[in-house]
Amino acid sequence: MAKVTMTVNGRQVSGHCDDRTLLVQFIRENLGLTGTHVGCDTTQCGACVIHMDGKSVKSCSILAAQAAGSTITTIEGLAADGELHPVQAAFKANHGLQCGFCTPGMVMTAVDMIRRHQGQLDEATVRAELEGNICRCTGYHNIVKAILAAAAEMSGARVAAE
Amino acid sequence: MGVEGIGARVARKEDKRFLTGKGRYTDDMSVPGMKYAVFVRSPHAHAKIVKVDASAARGMPGVIGVLDGKQLLADGIGNLICGWMIHSKDGSPMKMGAWRPLAHETVRYVGDAVAIVVADSVAEARDAAEAVVVEYRELPVVIDATRALEAGQPQLHPEAPNNLIFDWQIGDEAATDTAIAAAAHVTEVTIHNNRLSPNPMEPRAALGIYDAGDDHYTCYTTSQNPHVARLVMSAFYNVAPENKLRVIAPDVGGGFGSKIYIYPEEIVCLWASKRTGVPVKWTSDRTEAFLTDAHGRDHVSKVKMAFDANNRIIGLKVDTVANLGAYMSLFSSAVPTYLYATLLSGQYAIPAIHANVRTVYTNTAPVDAYRGAGRPEATYLLERTMETAARELGVSPAELRRVNFIRSFPHQTPVIMNYDAGDYEASLEAAMKAADWNGFAARKAEAERRGMKRGIGMSCYIEACGIAPSAAVGSLGAGVGLWESAEVRVNAVGTIEVLTGSHSHGQGHETTFAQLVADRFGVPLDSVNIVHGDTDKVQMGMGTYGSRSGAVGMSAVVKALDKVEAKAKKIAAHLMEADESDIVIENGELKVAGTDKAVPWFQMALAAYTAHNLPAGMEPGLKEGAFYDPANFTFPAGCYICEVEVDPDTGRTKIVQFVAADDFGNIINPMIVEGQVHGGLAQGIGQALLEGVHYDASGQLLTASYMDYAMPRADDLPSFQVSTSNTPCPNNPLGIKGCGEAGAIGSPPALINAITDAIGNNALTMPATPQKVWAAAHAAK
Amino acid sequence: MYETHYHRASSVQDAVSRMEAAGEGKYVSGGMTLIPTMKQRLASPSDLIDLRHIAEMQGITVNGRSVRIGAATTHYDVASSAALKAVCPAICHLASHIGDPHVRHMGTIGGSIANNDPAADYPAAMLGLAATIVTNRREVAADDFFAGLFETALEDSEIITAVRFDAPAKAAYQKFANPASRYAMTGVFVAKGDDGAVRVAVTGAGANGVFRQAEMEAALAANWSPDALATISVDASDLLSDIHADAAYRANLVKVMAKRAVAAA
Repeated sequence: MAKVTMTVNGRQVSGHCDDRTLLVQFIRENLGLTGTHVGCDTTQCGACVIHMDGKSVKSCSILAAQAAGSTITTIEGLAADGELHPVQAAFKANHGLQCGFCTPGMVMTAVDMIRRHQGQLDEATVRAELEGNICRCTGYHNIVKAILAAAAEMSGARVAAE
Repeated sequence: MGVEGIGARVARKEDKRFLTGKGRYTDDMSVPGMKYAVFVRSPHAHAKIVKVDASAARGMPGVIGVLDGKQLLADGIGNLICGWMIHSKDGSPMKMGAWRPLAHETVRYVGDAVAIVVADSVAEARDAAEAVVVEYRELPVVIDATRALEAGQPQLHPEAPNNLIFDWQIGDEAATDTAIAAAAHVTEVTIHNNRLSPNPMEPRAALGIYDAGDDHYTCYTTSQNPHVARLVMSAFYNVAPENKLRVIAPDVGGGFGSKIYIYPEEIVCLWASKRTGVPVKWTSDRTEAFLTDAHGRDHVSKVKMAFDANNRIIGLKVDTVANLGAYMSLFSSAVPTYLYATLLSGQYAIPAIHANVRTVYTNTAPVDAYRGAGRPEATYLLERTMETAARELGVSPAELRRVNFIRSFPHQTPVIMNYDAGDYEASLEAAMKAADWNGFAARKAEAERRGMKRGIGMSCYIEACGIAPSAAVGSLGAGVGLWESAEVRVNAVGTIEVLTGSHSHGQGHETTFAQLVADRFGVPLDSVNIVHGDTDKVQMGMGTYGSRSGAVGMSAVVKALDKVEAKAKKIAAHLMEADESDIVIENGELKVAGTDKAVPWFQMALAAYTAHNLPAGMEPGLKEGAFYDPANFTFPAGCYICEVEVDPDTGRTKIVQFVAADDFGNIINPMIVEGQVHGGLAQGIGQALLEGVHYDASGQLLTASYMDYAMPRADDLPSFQVSTSNTPCPNNPLGIKGCGEAGAIGSPPALINAITDAIGNNALTMPATPQKVWAAAHAAK
Repeated sequence: MYETHYHRASSVQDAVSRMEAAGEGKYVSGGMTLIPTMKQRLASPSDLIDLRHIAEMQGITVNGRSVRIGAATTHYDVASSAALKAVCPAICHLASHIGDPHVRHMGTIGGSIANNDPAADYPAAMLGLAATIVTNRREVAADDFFAGLFETALEDSEIITAVRFDAPAKAAYQKFANPASRYAMTGVFVAKGDDGAVRVAVTGAGANGVFRQAEMEAALAANWSPDALATISVDASDLLSDIHADAAYRANLVKVMAKRAVAAA
C-alpha cells in the first residue's frame, strides 16, 4: 500500500492503494467517481479517457502511482456548477449518445480534440481522431455531428471573445 | 403535434446524467461489506473435470471463499434452461443437454465456469483463482457445425446423438420441389452467416446481495429484462422464490440481445452471497465477454431459388445448419426457426417455400439472439440470392425485386407470417433516388480512372417486430407470453410516473414514453418520470428486445393512459357539473368543450386524492395499469443501398455512401429513431466488413479481445443518409412498427452486393476483410 | 495484474541503481504496451522503474540535418514538432499514426523501440533512417539493435536515452493497419540519403520482426520511383501468417506499401 496524492477536478486528493492499482480503479473506487468507465482490457475502447495534466489519456493503462502528483480532470469535473460544457450540450442536442457507457470517454476525447485542433475540424479529421474510442450504439454518426457542432460553437465563442 | 408530444424531436431527458458521469451502471454499485468475485474458467474446449482443488486458494490473502459446482449442485441450484420448445419434423422434442451454472463433471467450451472465488479485491480474487487447481482430462473437440453432425465426431451431450438438437422444417416441401422442377431458371447458392460477438460497451456484471435477516436476495444485473430474470431464477434455477428475490437492472450500457439471457454468473453471485455471507460483485472483463457472452448467427445454408420465364420467383428451398454452441441459451432455439424461417418470403410474393433447419452442439460459446435475431440471417440469404439471380438472369437488381414485390395487403406468406401493411416500392424508389442510382455508371467510370473499383448494391429487407401475440407464440413453443405491462400513476399534485416492463439500455424510453403522456395530457415532459428496471417497482414485464418496446411496451402505456383519461374526465366533469363526454384535455387543463370552464390538471389530480368531492361510488386516487398483448407481429421494411470503392491493390473497401429508406410506421421521436438506424447500420456493416469470431481447431478463441476482433470505428464508417416513408401499422394503437433492429438486418447484403459488384466476383463471405476482397478481386481476373 | 513495486526515477543513474537492486525489474516509460501486458498477467515484473520524469531523456533537438530525440519523448510530441517536421516530416507522420491520440500522449519513442513489437512503427523508422540508438552505456546502430520478436541488443538494466539520425533527403512511411488492433499489418519506411543510399524497412510483416528489403533498396538506388519496384516479387516464406492476413497477402502489402511510400516521399 502506497499513498498517492493528486489533484482531481480541482481538489487535492489522497488515497492508499496497491502499486498495481490502475488510475481508473483509483478514480472509481478510492474517489467514488464512477463516471469513468472500463470497457476493454487492451487500451482500445476509450471508455476510461480522462485528462492528465491537460492531455487526454487512457486511465485503464496508467498506474495510480504513475499519476501521482498530476492534475486530473474526469467527466465529473468538466461542467461548472450544473451547467453543461459546450461539448456535453452538443452531444445532447445532436443525440450523440444512447446507452451512455462510452459517453464520458467520448466527451473527454472531444474536448481534447477540439483543443488540439483549435476548433478547426472537419468530418474526416474527427473520424480519424476517434480511433481510440469505440461506441456500439450510435454508429458514430451523431457523435461526429456533435463534435463538429461543439467545435464550431467553441471556436465561434473564442472568435467573439477575441 | 406539440413540441414535446408524439412526433417531436425532443432531446433526451436521460442525457444529462450520462453526460456528467452520473449514470449508475451495475459496476458502479457499492454496498457495505461488498466483496469481489472472479470465476475460474475452463481453458479447454472439451474436458472431464477430474478434481477441483481449492485448498491453496482458500488460504491466500483476502480470500473469503472458493465455491465449486458440486457445492452448487448440493444446494439444489438448477440447470440453465432454453425457454422455447421446438419439435423436430419427426415429432420429437428438442434434445437439450444439461447446462450447469458451474460445471462439475464436464466443460464444453473455453470459458465454461468451474468455480467462483470471492475476495477483498478483484486482484486478490484473481490471484486466488489462478491458485485453484482444476485437473482436467481433455476430450476431442468439434467446432464446425456441419462437421459436428457427421458420424464419429466428438459428442457434447448424451441427450443429443450426433450433436443434433433438432431437425425442424417449415413450409410445403412437395410444392417447393415441384416449383423447382418446373422452373425456367434456378439460382443455387451457399450462404455463410458469420459468427459475431455482440459487444455492448458495458461488460456484463452482477451484484448479489443476500439479507439473512429477511432471507431475501437482491440482484443488480446488466439485464434487458429483469422480470424475466427473476422469473427464471425463481421458477427454474431455484435461487429463491419470486417474493424473496428483487432484480434491478439499473442503467445498462447496451445489450443488443446479449443481455436478454440469464447467465451462470448472476445465479452464482446470488448463491455465493448466501454461502459466504457477504454481498458479491462480479464484473466481466472484455476477454470474458468474448468468451462467454452469447454469440450471434453462425449459419450455413444451401439455397435454391426458382424463377419462371418472367423472372417471378415460384419457389424457394433452404437447408440450414445453425451452430448453437455448447449449450442451449435462453432463446437459442427460437432464433434459427420462428425468428428466421418465417421471414424467408422477404418482400416477395413466393408461392412455395420450404426450409429445413438443423441445430447443432459444438465446443463453442452458446449462440443466441443478437440484434435482429434470425431476421438478418433470412435477409442476408434472400438478398444475396436475389442479387446473384439478377446477375445470372441479366436483369437489374431493382427490376428483379420490383417484379416480385408483394403489392396488396394483408398478405399471407407460405411461412406463417401475415403481413399487415407496407409499400416496398416506395422505399425502393426513395433509396434509389437518395443514392442517385442512375448516376452510378458515371461515378464508376470516374473511380476507374483513379484505379479504384466502384460497386453498388441494394437490399430490400422485411422483419417481424412487436414480439409477440402470446397465444400465437405459445402455440409455437414459447415458454412465456410476450405481452407488456404499464402502470400510470398520477400523483396528488399532478406529476406522473409511468411504470413499464420495457427496459431502456440506450433506446431513450425515459424520453419517448414520456412524450406519449405529454401528448395525451398536455403536461410538461419534465412532470413525467419513467420507472423501469426494478422488480420491486414494476410488477411484471417482459423486457426489451426484438424492437418491441414501441409496438408492445408503448401500447401498454396507451391502454393505461386511456383508463387514466377516462377517470380524469369523470372527476373533472363532476367538479364542473358537466357531462363527461363534453370534457376535453388540452394544454394541461380539462375543459368543457365549447365553454370557458376548465379545471387544471393538477387540481383534478388533487381532487382524486383528497376525495372530498368525487362522483358517487368512485374510488379515490388516480392510478391505472394495463397489460397489452399484441394482435399480430409488426412488419418494418425498407430498402438499403450501399456504394463502395475497393482498392484492388490492398483489397480495402471504403464505403462511399450508405442510404437507408425505412418504413417504421408511425414515429414518436424521429431523432431517436434515426439514432437507432445509425447504430443498426454500424453493426450490420461491422458484420459484413470487419467482425468475425474465430476459434482454432482445438476450440481456443482467437478473437478474444479488440486486438483481434475488429469493431467498427468512426473511420470505418460514413455518415449515413436515412429517411422513412411510413405506412402505419394497423394492429396497434400508435401505428408503430419498431426500428431497433432494421439497420443490422438490411445492411449486410447491401454491402456484400456492392463489393461483389465492384470486384466482379460473387464468391465472397463475410466479413469481407481486405485479404478476402483482394484475393477475390484477383481471382476474378 | 500481479503485485509489483513502483519506483519513480529522478535520473538515468537513479533508474539504473533501482533496476540493479530489483529482482525482476522492468523500466516503464509511457507504459502503453507494458501496463496492458501486465494487466493480462503476461508480464510480472517485481519492480517497475518509471522513466517518464527524467528530464535528460526528454525533448527533440534539431541541428541542421542532425536530429536527436530523447527516449522519453511522446509520440504526440514527435508528431507535432515543427522543427522535426521541417527536416524529416516522415517521422512526424509515422508518429501521428501510432495508436490513438490518448496513447500518443503517453507512449514514448524509447519505450516503443525497446519493446520491439513486430507490428510497431518506430522500429521501421529507425532502420530506415539508419538511426543510432543511444543508451546510458553506448551507441548502437539500428541495424545491430533489433534482434527478432520483442528482442533487442539491450542488456540488463541498460536504458535507451535517445535516438539520433541525420535527416534523409527523402523519406516516407506507409502503413496498412490491422483492421482490429490498428497496429501495422504491414508498414514500410523508405528513405533516400543525401548520398543516394536507399533504405527500405518493413514492419508488421516479418516473422522475425522488422527487416530491411535489400532487393527493393537496390532497385530504388538505381531508380527512385514506384515503377522501379514493379518487377520485384516479395518472398513470402519469412512473413507472418495470422487470422487477419496470410504471408502471401502480406507479401503483396509489402510491395504496395513500398510503392506508395516512394510516391509519397
